[in-house]
Amino acid sequence: MSQGTVRQILLITDGCSNAGEDPVAMAAMAREEGLSVNVIGITNEGDESERGMEEITQIAQSGGGMSEVVYARQLSQTVQMVTKKAMTQTIHGVVNREIRQILGTKQEMEDLEPEKREELMEVVDELGETSNLDILILVDTSASMKTKLPRVQEALLDLSLSLRSREGENHFCLYSFPGKRSHVDKLVSWTPQLDSLKGAFKKLSSSGITPTGPAITEAIKVHMKRMKKGPSDNERLFIEETGI
Amino acid sequence: MKDSLSKKQAYNFTPGQVITGKWHGNKYRIIRILGEGAIGRVYLAQTGGRLVAVKVARQAMSVSSEVNVLRRVSKVQGLSLGPSFLDMDDVVTSHGTTSFYVMEFIQGQPFMPFVINKGSEWLGLFTAQLLGDLHKMHAGGWIFGDLKPENLLITKQPYQLRWIDPGGITKAGRSIKEYTEYFDRGYWGEGDRKAEPSYDLFAVAMLMVNRAYPSRFRKTSQKGTDYILEKVTGAPLLHPYFTVIKKGIEQKYEDAGQMKEDVLMALRNQKRAAVPSRLKRKAVLKKRNAPVNKTAGTPVTRERKGYLETVFFASFLLTIYILYLVG
Ligand SMILES: Nc1ncnc2c1ncn2[C@@H]1O[C@H](COP(=O)(O)OP(=O)(O)OP(=O)(O)O)[C@@H](O)[C@H]1O
Repeated sequence: MSQGTVRQILLITDGCSNAGEDPVAMAAMAREEGLSVNVIGITNEGDESERGMEEITQIAQSGGGMSEVVYARQLSQTVQMVTKKAMTQTIHGVVNREIRQILGTKQEMEDLEPEKREELMEVVDELGETSNLDILILVDTSASMKTKLPRVQEALLDLSLSLRSREGENHFCLYSFPGKRSHVDKLVSWTPQLDSLKGAFKKLSSSGITPTGPAITEAIKVHMKRMKKGPSDNERLFIEETGI
Repeated sequence: MKDSLSKKQAYNFTPGQVITGKWHGNKYRIIRILGEGAIGRVYLAQTGGRLVAVKVARQAMSVSSEVNVLRRVSKVQGLSLGPSFLDMDDVVTSHGTTSFYVMEFIQGQPFMPFVINKGSEWLGLFTAQLLGDLHKMHAGGWIFGDLKPENLLITKQPYQLRWIDPGGITKAGRSIKEYTEYFDRGYWGEGDRKAEPSYDLFAVAMLMVNRAYPSRFRKTSQKGTDYILEKVTGAPLLHPYFTVIKKGIEQKYEDAGQMKEDVLMALRNQKRAAVPSRLKRKAVLKKRNAPVNKTAGTPVTRERKGYLETVFFASFLLTIYILYLVG
């Protein structure tokens, strides 16, 4: 059975961008391309830098995704939760658009009577479980992230474990920023599951720049390239599947 | 996730406030907050002279999805330990529209403090009750998912275990909706997060381990099962259940029924071992107590007597419970 694909960018960072385009604008662009941008901010205990955290929320908001700021030790559970919730949110959005087409104008799932809503929620759940997911993970490897990278590695393996338990297919790829010569470095190319990330984060940059905006731009390109190769636009598939 | 102020106000009800459902028109008078979690808030409320629990979620979607599960799970034959579903509706306040659902109010005390203050046989009894319900739930095609002490309550007369929070209940074969690391086999490197009976049984075993380690412990570089079993060995009160816990975390049980059988067997063995020593000690105590009592008794003997009475009382109840469970 062919299923739709949800495409996400997952950004993991501990601070604020300081080079290149505005990441909030780039996230909005990603959204235009049908991607959603989710952001996990890692904070040190007792040190929540306001500016960085505000940017995180804004990137996710304009990227149509979710954001969460956590301590490194909570990373695993947060990463998988945000990813799954964001998937549901995307599908919910698709279902809402359908409802609007059928019932006209301002109607949304929330406006339907509870019993109908419940039935629709079953459809959303079903799609969340069976649709495919392409997720590009973008990890900030600037100097301040160094001590957090083992946790990031653990959280990504855990994410792979969670997603693998779904019925739908998953594809992951992993990039780090800032890159050695360009904005981003490819660490792992598209793969159905993340097995071992040992040594993936070995080459750390020690430059002080955090080019979050340019990194998102690169991520969009990578997604677009894969989209062109892969099966066609999937939202249409969703619609056929659900048959609402 | 942080909510905006207006969102927060939309599900912030005050004691005495009456909320009226927009679709079904039922009225609920809020009494107090029962608890708050990741999904939203639960209030104690009154309607038509009866007490109910009203759950308000941050997102309407979570309400729909939990209600759907409660409704469908309640159709499973013989399932009795969850709250029954009563109503689902929206309430319109000046701060916006909020979805809520109404379920049976389960008046009980939290699981962990209760079993910690009692002998380890209670742990076995409640585990057996839980396994009985899980067995039926699994047979009906549902997996509990987020099994943890916070989602279990003990009600009185007779003491009975009940569960709340359907948020983690997942259709068998799907991926687990919600979990808590300590009880999650994925966290311990002992399997994936596919909803299947063995996922729940792993969590049941960890629930027993949690009784001996209330503040829990984190994984190490050691293999998950090895480390957990080391911890079990280090806790004498878990020894009667060693085999059950081992088979649970190694996922050797085919179904919850088998695990329940083993828990009951552990309980029976424990009782058989306990009875002779109790009688013996009682006899000794009688002899010793006679003179001591005359001299107003020392705190030590009084304490021991209290202890023995508890043991006696507990094993009396135990017999009744085992008859109840097995019968
Ligand atoms: N039916 C009920 N009867 C009595 N108390 C209840 C009932 N349902 C919930 N509660 C109380 O409300 C608290 C929060 O409920 P619940 O765990 O369902 O919320 P949640 O938002 O789903 O939390 P979680 O973070 O565990 O998912 C519980 O710990 C319990 O004390």
